[in-house]
Amino acid sequence: MDPLGDTLRRLREAFHAGRTRPAEFRAAQLQGLGRFLQENKQLLHDALAQDLHKSAFESEVSEVAISQGEVTLALRNLRAWMKDERVPKNLATQLDSAFIRKEPFGLVLIIAPWNYPLNLTLVPLVGALAAGNCVVLKPSEISKNVEKILAEVLPQYVDQSCFAVVLGGPQETGQLLEHRFDYIFFTGSPRVGKIVMTAAAKHLTPVTLELGGKNPCYVDDNCDPQTVANRVAWFRYFNAGQTCVAPDYVLCSPEMQERLLPALQSTITRFYGDDPQSSPNLGRIINQKQFQRLRALLGCGRVAIGGQSDESDRYIAPTVLVDVQEMEPVMQEEIFGPILPIVNVQSLDEAIEFINRREKPLALYAFSNSSQVGVVKRVLTQTSSGGFCGNDGFMHMTLASLPFGGVGASGMGRYHGKFSFDTFSHHRACLLRSPGMEKLNALRYPPQSPRRLRMLLVAMEAQGCSCTLL
Amino acid sequence: MELEVRRVRQAFLSGRSRPLRFRLQQLEALRRMVQEREKDILTAIAADLCKSEFNVYSQEVITVLGEIDFMLENLPEWVTAKPVKKNVLTMLDEAYIQPQPLGVVLIIGAWNYPFVLTIQPLIGAIAAGNAVIIKPSELSENTAKILAKLLPQYLDQDLYIVINGGVEETTELLKQRFDHIFYTGNTAVGKIVMEAAAKHLTPVTLELGGKSPCYIDKDCDLDIVCRRITWGKYMNCGQTCIAPDYILCEASLQNQIVWKIKETVKEFYGENIKESPDYERIINLRHFKRILSLLEGQKIAFGGETDEATRYIAPTVLTDVDPKTKVMQEEIFGPILPIVPVKNVDEAINFINEREKPLALYVFSHNHKLIKRMIDETSSGGVTGNDVIMHFTLNSFPFGGVGSSGMGAYHGKHSFDTFSHQRPCLLKSLKREGANKLRYPPNSQSKVDWGKFFLLKRFNKEKLGLLLLTFLGIVAAVLVKEVSSVSAWLPIVWDVRSPCAWPPHLGSEARLCLAATTSRK
Repeated sequence: MDPLGDTLRRLREAFHAGRTRPAEFRAAQLQGLGRFLQENKQLLHDALAQDLHKSAFESEVSEVAISQGEVTLALRNLRAWMKDERVPKNLATQLDSAFIRKEPFGLVLIIAPWNYPLNLTLVPLVGALAAGNCVVLKPSEISKNVEKILAEVLPQYVDQSCFAVVLGGPQETGQLLEHRFDYIFFTGSPRVGKIVMTAAAKHLTPVTLELGGKNPCYVDDNCDPQTVANRVAWFRYFNAGQTCVAPDYVLCSPEMQERLLPALQSTITRFYGDDPQSSPNLGRIINQKQFQRLRALLGCGRVAIGGQSDESDRYIAPTVLVDVQEMEPVMQEEIFGPILPIVNVQSLDEAIEFINRREKPLALYAFSNSSQVGVVKRVLTQTSSGGFCGNDGFMHMTLASLPFGGVGASGMGRYHGKFSFDTFSHHRACLLRSPGMEKLNALRYPPQSPRRLRMLLVAMEAQGCSCTLL
Repeated sequence: MELEVRRVRQAFLSGRSRPLRFRLQQLEALRRMVQEREKDILTAIAADLCKSEFNVYSQEVITVLGEIDFMLENLPEWVTAKPVKKNVLTMLDEAYIQPQPLGVVLIIGAWNYPFVLTIQPLIGAIAAGNAVIIKPSELSENTAKILAKLLPQYLDQDLYIVINGGVEETTELLKQRFDHIFYTGNTAVGKIVMEAAAKHLTPVTLELGGKSPCYIDKDCDLDIVCRRITWGKYMNCGQTCIAPDYILCEASLQNQIVWKIKETVKEFYGENIKESPDYERIINLRHFKRILSLLEGQKIAFGGETDEATRYIAPTVLTDVDPKTKVMQEEIFGPILPIVPVKNVDEAINFINEREKPLALYVFSHNHKLIKRMIDETSSGGVTGNDVIMHFTLNSFPFGGVGSSGMGAYHGKHSFDTFSHQRPCLLKSLKREGANKLRYPPNSQSKVDWGKFFLLKRFNKEKLGLLLLTFLGIVAAVLVKEVSSVSAWLPIVWDVRSPCAWPPHLGSEARLCLAATTSRK
């Protein structure tokens, strides 16, 4: 008795029967997702509040609206994306039909994380369904309340012959990964990313891995500290810092640090009041394990702002650390919490060198008044990262026309908007030749001779090919 | 091995490989190498595969030269940043995708087309600005040696190096960390490569293989069909990853097909095939014996002659082949063409779908509906209808597999994209901080509504868009002046959804608009 195996077999059979191919079917699935979001908004808000103490604003803007936006975009563009893409032809293929066919892979596994449990589940799901795949969803067991809704409510809105939710922890996920999928989409930590890719290798399953890292935030001396403080603080403390693209640490000169600290304090007070723990706008840490991990990091360097914590509430105050050393734990792992270390550098060169010594991050930020040229551009060209934003935080994520993904240890592959559709599709080269034109083809047949070769070169437009054989 | 890789990485970190001019220079040098040392290259490959130099030229060298020329022509455009559509929140910002090199790329070549299958990926990796370690196949010894000798003479010796060796050396190499691994070869080793890559989270492109089916409909010109199939099947003695592996057709067609292929073989290779300079040999004894074993118990319609001393296997056709026999269980990669009779196209489609997704699929028919159906109801890396192999030659196609035939693709721009990181960039300014007040806590319902508006609305490029912009300019100005109840006096009933690009020139007009409507602070 292998219920999981049975589920997968059922989904595969539905796929082979061609159920997910027609545009109408896919559109119906997407519309179902849209209705799921609209009809269960309060339920979802409540669950997000229970899991992460998310405010209505955060839930709406970073979870529901983003997901809704992707659904709408996919519905609007589905048929255009599905169309065969004509490609330029050469002389030999002039009379042929040459196009790229976008095909679903088949059975897709989406493994979602807990920090944006709705967004990071639904957005890839939109892409996978739009591309015509059958989907197995493994939501995170850590964001329990949202998991429940995804397991019990979401399936009611999509065709269940082509969709299944599998629940469980690391052990169950490991078992899941032993089975064969046609594509695996994973969002989570690099450590687990390696496990996923290793499991995928056994079946030669292609993967997209949306991982993480320490996203540096360079602040130039030529900046208005208050503006910078507003922007950095907002993106750092959003969702209590549990964001894969949050600015992880600041790099700036000691002089800039002096100006930033009071600005940050002012921002934090304005955002969350004098007692951030009572602010409805500050999230909580997802669970005890993460809380304990973060609390230990508070011992690094020196607390300049915040530093308070409350275990019973899994609350950590918006914190800024200074005098932080590179080898301390807070600079060795992705923080994923409301703690912002400031590391001093003496120059832009030193900052760039610091960044390049480390793993490529998922996002990189640089703040400077000389925005269009100079400092920001220099940071951009001399570093690598998944994405980049100059003079703000992860705004680049809100643009579906920009691909979202990592590079190096921060991940591989990308999605959002059309990139999702393309990620979950196999791009199949199709050349339909006419039975005629056999005379031209004859050039390629043996027996070969210098004359034949010369004519072949002409036919292949291989000008400027001087061949010693001729 | 570790030292070699470190040396290449240091060279990459120096930044030398990034400037466009450098990349073009290297590609031009590569081109010169191919032209100046043509004789050496042709000789080496010809020796490895007992191939005529003409065939080496037309099968390998032309493709390489064509690819280099294509890169040289298009690279200047490809390296530039590509602006993208913006939304309301980002309308005044620069948003674009900037291609960047990945770093150090490992290319593991194959032995069947040892030159093109190593150099064509190399061209892409260089074009994308990477440093490259090339590991040619040890089975095509002469080509491996000539690449090790020639590449350092023409290319930057620290950025692009050749490492030769067998399984042991490759295993050692795979323990090192790369920024992309490009492997051409078989499925079994493909898994090993991907598993090794997983340890470092290295993305991979795997160009593997499979059994590429070839369906022949009764409604077709069998003469032409058989000529094309004969050409594609026996080229390189069947050692082509996209060769038609086996034929599916109705039983009644078998005899004709056999006859016509036999005639074509005679036309191509003469009466005494062994003497034909256009007919190649099997790469080594191990493969020779492997292919021979596939003939056991089969009905040989014609061919079947072999000569171990020269590793010669005659062009062979098998009929009434049982799908459960060995020849239908593995990729043949040799000059044996099994015909598996099927009742009709339905059975053919089921047959194909019961098996692993192949690298290529071929279907011959005058009936376009049938061809369409075959494509719609199956999957494969690529398809050529009414011919074989040819989709490989059009570099506007991404060339690659799916399922167990591989992942990723290359050729032309697809090579450039494969070896690049397409980095999304958003450049904002530190001004207009007032507009950001909408997003900052403390939050309220009106902020939620505004948040949704800005996230979900888009603009079109007509005059209406400009007008809208002006209004929004006023809004922004108001926000800067910190008027709280914005929603009170702005009737938002515009439906501005339109998936049009935000042309750059309009961007600057927009800025002018905003400047005109925003008072100086």
